Amino acid sequence: MAADDQTAEQTSQAPASTDPVLVLKDVCIRFEKNVVLDNVSFTVAPGETRVLLGPAGGGKSVLLKLINGLMVADSGSIKVFGEEVTTMTQKQLFVMRRRVGMVFQESALFDSMDVEDNVAYRLHEEGVPAEESHKLVEEALDFVEMGQAISKFPPELSGGMRRRVSIARAIITKPDLILYDSPTGGLDPITSTTIVQLVVKQRDVSHTTALMITHRLQDAFVLATHRFDRESNSMKPIPDNGIDENTKFLILNEGKIVFDGTTLELTHSEDPWIQSYLS
Amino acid sequence: MKFSFSPSEFAKDKVASAQEYFLLCARAMGSLFTRPIYFGDIFLQMDSIGFGSLPIVVLTGFFTGCVLALQAAASLQDFGAVSMTGRLVSLSMMKELGPVLTGLMVSGRNASGMASEIGSMKVTEQIDAMRALGVDPIRKLVAPRVAASVFMLFWLTVLSDACGVAGGGLVSVFMLGINGHTFFHSTYLVLVYGDVVQGMTKPIFFGFIISTIGCYFGMSTTGGTQGVGRSTTQAVVVSSVLIIVTDFLISRATIGIFGR
Repeated sequence: MAADDQTAEQTSQAPASTDPVLVLKDVCIRFEKNVVLDNVSFTVAPGETRVLLGPAGGGKSVLLKLINGLMVADSGSIKVFGEEVTTMTQKQLFVMRRRVGMVFQESALFDSMDVEDNVAYRLHEEGVPAEESHKLVEEALDFVEMGQAISKFPPELSGGMRRRVSIARAIITKPDLILYDSPTGGLDPITSTTIVQLVVKQRDVSHTTALMITHRLQDAFVLATHRFDRESNSMKPIPDNGIDENTKFLILNEGKIVFDGTTLELTHSEDPWIQSYLS
Repeated sequence: MKFSFSPSEFAKDKVASAQEYFLLCARAMGSLFTRPIYFGDIFLQMDSIGFGSLPIVVLTGFFTGCVLALQAAASLQDFGAVSMTGRLVSLSMMKELGPVLTGLMVSGRNASGMASEIGSMKVTEQIDAMRALGVDPIRKLVAPRVAASVFMLFWLTVLSDACGVAGGGLVSVFMLGINGHTFFHSTYLVLVYGDVVQGMTKPIFFGFIISTIGCYFGMSTTGGTQGVGRSTTQAVVVSSVLIIVTDFLISRATIGIFGR
């Protein structure tokens, strides 16, 4: 099966280095007089899935755009794969972004292109031959179970389908880091679970480092308490109420990090604000 | 209601906008001379901007020539110089009306199109997605539009001038009774090198203004669909005004150089 071939290939390409994939130190940004991020510092290790939680308007999407160099921080340091992003030229940024996949909040698919051209966008830019590109697109779409929509245009797809195509576009080049900006935002619970299952599948199959924003606590905890079962090709709870060690949490509130730790540390936190947020 | 206008903030805002505009122009020009160059997008834009604007440019040029001949003949009749109508139509079309009207028509059609298309992409994060996928939106979206606009506006102006003279000729021959040979001979004889240079320089600048202003307002769109509408309007207004202002500056410069 094409998806399984991709699985084996991706597993063999999992980064062997133990150096952090992402290091943020004292990152600040303000828009006019509003401080959006205030001295944000954290580290993401290879193979780790970091779930970024927090109330709306807390600067989560801005943080993701800063990491990918789509915005520039006022101060602080952002290192991706050990390279300082804040001082990179546009050309260096485009080289860095080849190793980063990004899933946007509203999918951000190109309206005037069909699903195949959307997913193959990066491959076309890299000059990959049409036949090889088509094969890779089919594999990526099979991975997100959207193979039947290859010739459709984005306006013909539902919200959930667009997110899945967006994930296929992000993973087609097998990036070393994936940034998910609210992939379940605005979706119904069933579709949200499908999207979370894809995130879990990507995490457990390819071991790609990921940073995922979500507003839905239940999605975050499903990610921490489930694993992908390759035999049944579905997501299953980790036995004995286990939790995934590579899934960690970060909570951002009013531009500041109020929590950075594991699932257990989060659920046992005595901070009144966190307790109230979780309840 | 509190009055919160700050002159210094206003000035800073305008200076920052001008800086962003000139940076965009510089990067777009740089993208046209370094690899990768998106030739496919350039040809696509040439078709959209050039071929798509043909009907309005042909009709505008033709009827402007017609009305010029009518008005000129009415005034020249008082001096017994109706035979000079061709000279007046030719000079007016070549030096001023051809380039300016073509520029304004193409601006209304294409600066708005560019601002709304790129603006919609901006507010739906497609521009960010493009950058995240390793593609420079200025190279991919702006540079092809600049190249296509400059190249096609030049030829559209040539066509508009020709249609204008033809329209003037038709009115002169069939409505004013002027001899056709006299009309076309005078339109040709009156033009000198400086007039042609003046008329052919203008569309190059106008094409650059239309495309860069349209793309600039598109790329700086914020505020959802309402913002797209605002950018579209601003793009047409600013590019039209800049075309008129630049027309004056180029006219003054070429008169200074060629003496007419």
